[in-house]
This record gives sequence, structure tokens and C-alpha cells, in this order.
Amino acid sequence: MSDETNHPNMTEIGYDEERGAVAVEEHGFDGHGEVVPAGDPFADPGLEPHRPRITDIDAKAAKRAERQVALLFALSAAATIGFMVAFTEIPRTAVVDFFPIGPVSASNFALGMLLGMALFSLGAGAIYWARTLMTDVEFPQERHRLESDPQARADAAAEWKQGVEDSGIKRRPLIRRTLLGALTVLPLPALWILRDLGPLPGDTLRHTAWKAGERIVNNNTVSLDGATGQGVRPEDLTIGSLVTARPQSALTAGEDFNNMMAKSAILLVRMDPADIKSKQERDWGYQGIVAFSQICTHVGCPVTLYEQQTHHMLCPCHQSTFDLTEDGKVIFGPAARSLPQLPITVDADGYLVAQRDFDAPVGPSFWERG
Amino acid sequence: MKSLSTRRRHPLAAFVVLALGLAFAGALFAAFVSPAADADTGETPAQQLANGKALYISSCSTCHGMNAEGSSLGPSLVGVGGASVDFQVSTGRMPAKQLGPQVQAKQTVFNAQQTGDMAAYIQSLGGGPGVPDSSLYALDDSKVSLGGVLFRQSCSQCHNFAGEGGALSDGKFAPALTQTDPKAIYEAMLTGPQNMPVFNDKVMPPAEKKAIISYLVTSRNEPNYGGAGLGRLGPVSEGLFIWTVGLIALLLFAVWIAAHTTKASAERVAKAAAAKAGK
Repeated sequence: MSDETNHPNMTEIGYDEERGAVAVEEHGFDGHGEVVPAGDPFADPGLEPHRPRITDIDAKAAKRAERQVALLFALSAAATIGFMVAFTEIPRTAVVDFFPIGPVSASNFALGMLLGMALFSLGAGAIYWARTLMTDVEFPQERHRLESDPQARADAAAEWKQGVEDSGIKRRPLIRRTLLGALTVLPLPALWILRDLGPLPGDTLRHTAWKAGERIVNNNTVSLDGATGQGVRPEDLTIGSLVTARPQSALTAGEDFNNMMAKSAILLVRMDPADIKSKQERDWGYQGIVAFSQICTHVGCPVTLYEQQTHHMLCPCHQSTFDLTEDGKVIFGPAARSLPQLPITVDADGYLVAQRDFDAPVGPSFWERG
Repeated sequence: MKSLSTRRRHPLAAFVVLALGLAFAGALFAAFVSPAADADTGETPAQQLANGKALYISSCSTCHGMNAEGSSLGPSLVGVGGASVDFQVSTGRMPAKQLGPQVQAKQTVFNAQQTGDMAAYIQSLGGGPGVPDSSLYALDDSKVSLGGVLFRQSCSQCHNFAGEGGALSDGKFAPALTQTDPKAIYEAMLTGPQNMPVFNDKVMPPAEKKAIISYLVTSRNEPNYGGAGLGRLGPVSEGLFIWTVGLIALLLFAVWIAAHTTKASAERVAKAAAAKAGK
């Protein structure tokens, strides 16, 4: 036992099948391979004497424990089967009143309880098994150096050298170079297939559905199927009004609707024109009505928390706050860019329309934006 | 009487006297100060305006001015309409008791008739949205789905998807709508109290206000399909619960497992040894 590297086998970790636990206790003290100086205050105290469990000395108790573990495993299986039954048999709309929680969906409740029971019983059975019936004899496991001995290392190095020599790779540069070349191009297909991820976005991130004369449709008047909606007249908006809106073309966008609204959602706010500090913002608005992108410039949540007295527009996700009296500039929060303003005017029929598209890309910053 | 005089030196006597005194003072205060019961509503419009003006001057004019022209403490009320007065007074927000980030709902001070008188007076000053008819905010079960769409579109950002309310900036907040009277919800949309935007009848037609109210009132009685609602505040309260209560429970369970030994007691070992030797 004194030289660990020479005995990389089971006897080293201090447990011997033939001698058993008692033998381990006897030699547990000298397992370190170091001479312990007399009077060493840090002497290794060794292992405590082994104490048997009830199940080790009483066959009846052991049998009972075995049955308990089996019962837990059987319970787990039953709960798993119950889960499958509950999944198909409990009506989706059934509601049960469960005391501390109140009315909950019977299906969700049963699925959660049964899956929980299945996993818990499995875990409880495993723990109970390990603690009552699996062996609990203590033994120290000594560590040895992971490094091979110098002779083995020298042998391996010599073999490698000999192998290189035998292969002739040094003498035959043609083979060496073609092999290296083949290995170099091998990973390229993994990159090459990425081209099928689709056409590059091009300048689509810089443009929205808004264009000159595009009518602004009040979201509140859009039917549930999204096919009809009404425009907004300036006189509809009183001071302090907030309206979320979409371009008229969104009513007929069909499958493209979500892509379109991801960029084109706007909100209209009417405030006293005297409250607007920026001349550009006044010019881009109409009699105190201003239109801003609804997409937060941080990560694209819909900003709609409008405080009509402070004219602050908050984003519900990360509390970015934009000042709608000053070109939508950021006054708090993680957003890095002002909320883009949509220049608006009134068309011949008296409805609010866009003057043109946004001047700045809407939504979160992106790589190519610079 | 004799028993009273013997007990007056009892150690608790002073507390009993104090409690009786406080109860008497409280009853007296309630009798004089609490809102009078609804009187008969047989007022003529002229009386209503006169009563409303008198109440306005005694309770509102300090901040809003003698002619509702406003001051540095409160905005002008010319043109805000009777709906605004009814909302502010019937929810107890006005008269305001203290300045702060936001005037909060509290116990009402005026009864329904007094509120109506003041609403009529303010309405007479410059028009504005009037107190809505009760048919406008009656529940309509067929509009719940539309109301949900509209609520999530225009209201949920501040008031939370389940109407539980939420924080705004600098101590302001959007109140919870779980107990709010449908009439007050209608009036709030109509008039945009404090920092809430205005949703007038042109941008949010009455039928849609009705749909939103139908959705809100219906959702109050909806079961929590996923189990405990935890305030219906979403992932924040759910995460907080499971990372504190759930994790601590697991830790305690692990400690409990490790703290219980499975080893046999010494006498049990001796007994087993004796039994073995006996064989």
C-alpha cells in the first residue's frame, strides 16, 4: 500500500471482498502511504466503526423495506398510467374547487398532481432503497496520480516517433499537403449549407408599410377578422387621447399581416401643441396630433404606457421611457434610440394619412444599421 | 350600583372607560360627519345647479378656483363634463386630501345626489362628456371576446392583462380594475383621469367601451386554469414563489432526509446478536 502508483487496483481503495468491512476498518489507518510521525496533532482519525442498520440485522425489517420500495415504484407506475388516462378522459372545460387555490382546471390539476406523484414516488423509492437496503459500508477511496510513469511516457513518445517515421509523411510532401488540404476543406460544407437560410433581409428592415398618403386606421374600429376598419379624423382626437393604429394596407395584408405589423404599428397621441418642444415634431404632426412607432427601440415590445400629463411613453417590458414632447427621445431605461416619429398630414377626405415612411428604421437596433 | 363602585378600582377599569369614551366620540363623529342618506331627488334643475354650485364653492374651489378656472393646485374644470366629476367624486378621489404623485381612491365624501348636483353644475360651465346612462355599461355576454382584444390592445399595458394594475413612473400607478364599478370604468375611459389617456366616443365608440367592461367583469369570475393565480401578475410572482418557497421546501426536505439516521440502536444490535447466539 505504501507506493500508490504500483497498485492501481481495488485493494488500494481500501475495500476487499474477501476480508469485508471489518478488514477495511483495520487497515483504514495506514491507507495513506505516509509514515505518521509520533504525536502528530493532525493524525488521520480513520473511519468510525461501522454500525449496522436495522435492515442489516433484522431480516423481517429488510423484507418490509423491500416491500415499501416496491410499493413506491408501483405507485409511480400507477400515477404515470393515471396521467395518460386523465389526459384523455377529463373534459377540457371541467373545473374543480381546490381549497387554498380556488377554482382550477380539473385537467391541469390532475395532470400536475399525477405527474408529480409519479416522479416523487420514483425518487422517494430510490432514496429509501439506497438508505435501507443497498450496502452502507464505509470505505476510503484513495487518490493516485493521474500521470503515467516516466517509462510508459517515454515508450509512448518513442512509438509515436517511430510511427511518423514509418508512415513516411516527412519524405512524401505530396501526400502530406493533399491530406492537409482535404482536412481544411472538410468543414466548409457546414458553412456552405447556411446559405439556404434564406435571402438576406436587404433593406426591408429600413422600410415599413407606411408611404405617402397611406391612411391611418384606428385599431379600435378594426373588426375581429381584421378585414375592416375606419380612418381617424383629427377632430376625433381630444387632447390627451391615445389611439393605436395600423396602415390601411394591413386590412388586406393576409398572410403578410404579422410581418407588416411588426414594423408598421403606430400610436397617435394628441397634446397641446404648446407642450411640444421640438419644431420638427410639430411639423411632422398635425395640430398637436403626433404619430410614433409603437415598437420599442430596445427589444421591440409595444410601448403603450402613455402618461397624458407628463407625455412620457413607457415600455412595459423594461421600463424604457420616451419623451413624446421632444422627438421621442429616451429619458430612462435601456433603449438606446429615440422612438421614430411618423410624419403625418390630412388627406382630401379629412382623414389622417402618412406624409411618407419613417425617416429612421423602427424597432430594435440591428447589425447592419451602424 | 354597589358592584360598579367596587369594580372601579379594578386594574382594567381605566381601559374600559377609555374604550367607552372612544366609542362614544366615534359614534358622535359618525352621526355628524358621515354622508347623509340619499334624500329625495325631487330637485328642479335650477335647484340642482344652485346646490351643485354651493357644494363646489365649499369643497372644490380652493384648488379649482371660484369659477372653476383652475389654479396652481388643480386644473380648470371648464369643459371636463359631468362624467369627470362623477368619476372623481364617486370613487372618492375628489376632494383630494393630500398632494402626491397621484390622487388615490378612498372613502367617498358626498352621496349620489350631491355628486349629481356638482356634476350638473360643472356640466353647465362648458359642456363636455355627461354622466353615462346605465345602459351604456350594462354587461353584454356576446361582446366579451371583442372586449378582450380591445383591452389587450389599449389597456393591458398599464392595467395588466387581468386588470390587476401596474406601476408607472415616479410613484404613479395604474389602479387595479378587479373591484371597480362598471360606471367608473366607463367614465375613466371617457374622460382620461389624471395620467390615463382619453378614449373618447370617437376613437373608442360606446359599443366598444361596453365590450371592454363586459370582458373585465366576466374575467373577474374566471377560474385560474393553471392553478394558483398568485395575483395574476405573470412570471414575476410565479418565479418569485417557486425560487423562494419551492426551493426552500426542497432544501428542507433534503436536510430532513440526511438528518434521519437509518442505523440501528445499540440495544437493537445487542438483541439481534443475542438472538443469533441463541440459535
